[in-house]
Amino acid sequence: MEAETVAKRFIILGFSCLLLSISFGLIASLQYIFPGLLADRLSFQHTRPLHVFLAVNWIFSCVTGIVYHYIPRVGQRFLYSVTLARVHFFLSLATILIAIGGFLTGHFSGREYLEFPPWVTVIIVAYWLLFFTNFIGTVKPRLKGAPVYIWSWCTGLAFFLITITEAHLWLLPYFNHNIIRDVTVQWKANGSMVGAWNMLIYGTAMFAMEQISGNNKIGYQKTSFAFYFLGLTNLMFNWGHHTYIVPASPAIKQVSYIISMTELILFANIIMKWKKGLLKAHADEYMLSTRFFKSADRWILLNLGLAIAISIPYVNLYTHGTQVTVAHAMGTTIGINTMLLLASVAYIFEGMLKPVAKKYVLAGLTTMNISLLVFWLSLLAAGVVRSIGQYEHTYFAKVSANILPYLRVFSVAGVFLVTGVCLVAFNMLAVIVKKQKAVPLPVKERKTTLQ
Amino acid sequence: MKKIFVIITLFSAYTLYSSWVYSYGTDCNVQMSAEAIRGKATWHAKNCQNCHQVFGLGGYMGPDLTTVITDKQRGAAYTKGILMSGGNRMPNFHLSEAEANELVSYLDYISQTATSQSN
Ligand code: HEC
Ligand code: HEM
Repeated sequence: MEAETVAKRFIILGFSCLLLSISFGLIASLQYIFPGLLADRLSFQHTRPLHVFLAVNWIFSCVTGIVYHYIPRVGQRFLYSVTLARVHFFLSLATILIAIGGFLTGHFSGREYLEFPPWVTVIIVAYWLLFFTNFIGTVKPRLKGAPVYIWSWCTGLAFFLITITEAHLWLLPYFNHNIIRDVTVQWKANGSMVGAWNMLIYGTAMFAMEQISGNNKIGYQKTSFAFYFLGLTNLMFNWGHHTYIVPASPAIKQVSYIISMTELILFANIIMKWKKGLLKAHADEYMLSTRFFKSADRWILLNLGLAIAISIPYVNLYTHGTQVTVAHAMGTTIGINTMLLLASVAYIFEGMLKPVAKKYVLAGLTTMNISLLVFWLSLLAAGVVRSIGQYEHTYFAKVSANILPYLRVFSVAGVFLVTGVCLVAFNMLAVIVKKQKAVPLPVKERKTTLQ
Repeated sequence: MKKIFVIITLFSAYTLYSSWVYSYGTDCNVQMSAEAIRGKATWHAKNCQNCHQVFGLGGYMGPDLTTVITDKQRGAAYTKGILMSGGNRMPNFHLSEAEANELVSYLDYISQTATSQSN
C-alpha cells in the first residue's frame, strides 16, 4: 500500500462517516416530530451521539486523508513511513467501529461530543502520535522558513493532542466533583478542539488555493500569517463565549468576547483576495473546487453575522441552549468545514471526473446551498421562539409545541441537504475508489524525488 | 534550539493560563455529597446530557435542568416523578428508587451551586 492509497482510504472513510452521519441526523430530526420513532432500539439518545460523532469523524478522517495526500508534495519527498500511516488508518477505523458499537448498545461516557468510553481516547492519542511523527518526518526539509499551512497543520496536530487530553481531566475528582470546573473543562477543551480541526482544515484550504492560483506567495503573505496567529489566539480563548452563563471568572468571558469575532473576518478576506487574483490562473481547470471555495466564503459571512450576534453577552443569555446554538454549530461545520473539505477533495480528484459527473456534483452543491439556507434559517427561527419562551418562563411542553412547525421545515430541508450531499459524495467516491493515480499537481514542479 | 525554546514557552503559557481558568473563581460553596457523586455516574451512563443542558452544556431536545430542583414550578418531587415514569419524549429508564434519588441529589447539588453562586 503506498502513501496515495492511505490518503484515499482516509478520504473514503471520511465520506462513509459523512453519509452515515447525515442518515442518523435525519432520523434524529424526525424524532423531534414523531416522538415514538424507533424509540426502543434507536432513540434520540442514540441517534444524536451517532450523528455528531460521525460528523466530527467525517471532518477528521477527510482532513487527515488530504494532509497525507499533500505532505509528500509539500516536503517534496516520499511519505516518511507508509507503515505508520497504515497503522494509523486501521486504528482510526477500529476506534470508529468501537464507538458506533458502543452507542448502538447504549454504552456512553455521557460527556458532550466525546460520548465514547474514555479508554478509547488512549487509542486516539496513540494514532495521532503516529500521524504527527509521519507529518514531521515528511515535511522536515521545509520546516525552516515554512509556509503558513505547515504552521497551521503543526498547530492543529499539537493542539488536538493537548485538547483531547485536557477534555479527560474530568476523570480527576478535582474536576469531576465540582460542576463549575467540570462544565468549564468541557467548554474549554471542546472549544479548543474545534480550533484544532479548523487549523488543519484552513491549512489544507490555503495549500489548495495556493496551487490553484499558481501564486506561491499566499503561504508566505503577511495576511496569511496574521490569520494564523489570530486563529491561534482564537483556539486558546474563543471557547469563552460559551461560558457566559457559567458562574466562573467574568474576566475570562470578557477576554473571549474581544477576541472571538476576528478570525473569520480575516479568512473571508483571504478568500476574497484570492478570488480577485483567480482569473489569471487555473480557475477553469479547477472549476468545481473554486465553486466550493466560493460557497464556503458566503457561509463564512453568514455564520460570522450569527456568531457576532450570539457572542453579545445579553443576547447569548437568551439564545444559549436553544436551536440558535445548533444553527451556529451545523452552520459552521457544514457551511464552512464541509465546504472547504469538499473544495480540497474536488481539487485533488477533479481531473478524473467525467463532465456528466461534474454536472451532478454542481447540482449537489446547489442543492446543498439552498437547503442549508432553509435548514439554518428554520433552526434560527426555532431557537428564537424558544428563547422568547424561556424569557417568558413558558412551560416547556408549550415551547416544544411552538417550535414544532419550524422543526418540520428543518427536517424537510434536511432531506434535501442529504440529497445534495449524496450527489456530491457518490460522484466523488466513484472516482476516488478507482485504482488510478490522482492527477499530478499543477505547480511548477520543483526538483523532487516524487515521481 | 530557538524553536524548542519558543515551543516550551508557548506550552508553559498555555498550561499556566489553563490552571488559572480552572482554579480562579471556580470554588463552589456547595459540596458534592457521596449520593450526588453516584447520581452523576448515572447521569453519565444514561447520557442525560444528550437531551438536557446544565449551565448551557448539552443537547436541546429537553429542558435545561440547571435549576430544576430550586425552581418553584418544578422541584424535587416533580423531578423524581418524571425520572421514574418518563414523559412524552423523555425516555423511561426504569431506574431503581435509589438511582432516582441519587440523580435528584446530583441535580439538587447543581441547582444549589447555580443559585448560590452567580456572577
Ligand atoms: C431522549 C432525550 C432525553 C434523555 C436521554 C433524557 N431526557 Fe429528560 N426530558 C426529555 C424531554 C423531551 C423532557 C420534557 C418532557 C417530555 O417531553 O417528555 C424531559 C424532562 C425531564 C425532566 C423534567 C424537567 C422539566 O422542566 O419539566 C427532568 C428532571 C429530566 N428530564 C431528567 C432527565 C435525566 C436525569 C435524564 C438521564 C437519566 C434524562 N432526563 C434523559 C428528554 C430526555
Ligand atoms: C454535513 C453534514 C452535517 C454536519 C457536519 C452536522 C453537524 C452537527 C453537529 C456538530 C451537531 C451538534 C450541534 C450542537 O450540539 O450544538 C449536530 C446536531 C444535530 N444535527 Fe447535524 N450535521 C449535519 C447534517 C445534518 C442533517 C442532514 C440533519 C437532519 C436533517 C441533521 C440533524 C441534526 C440534529 C437533529 C442534531 C441535534 C440537535 C439537538 O441536540 O437537538 N444534521 N449536527
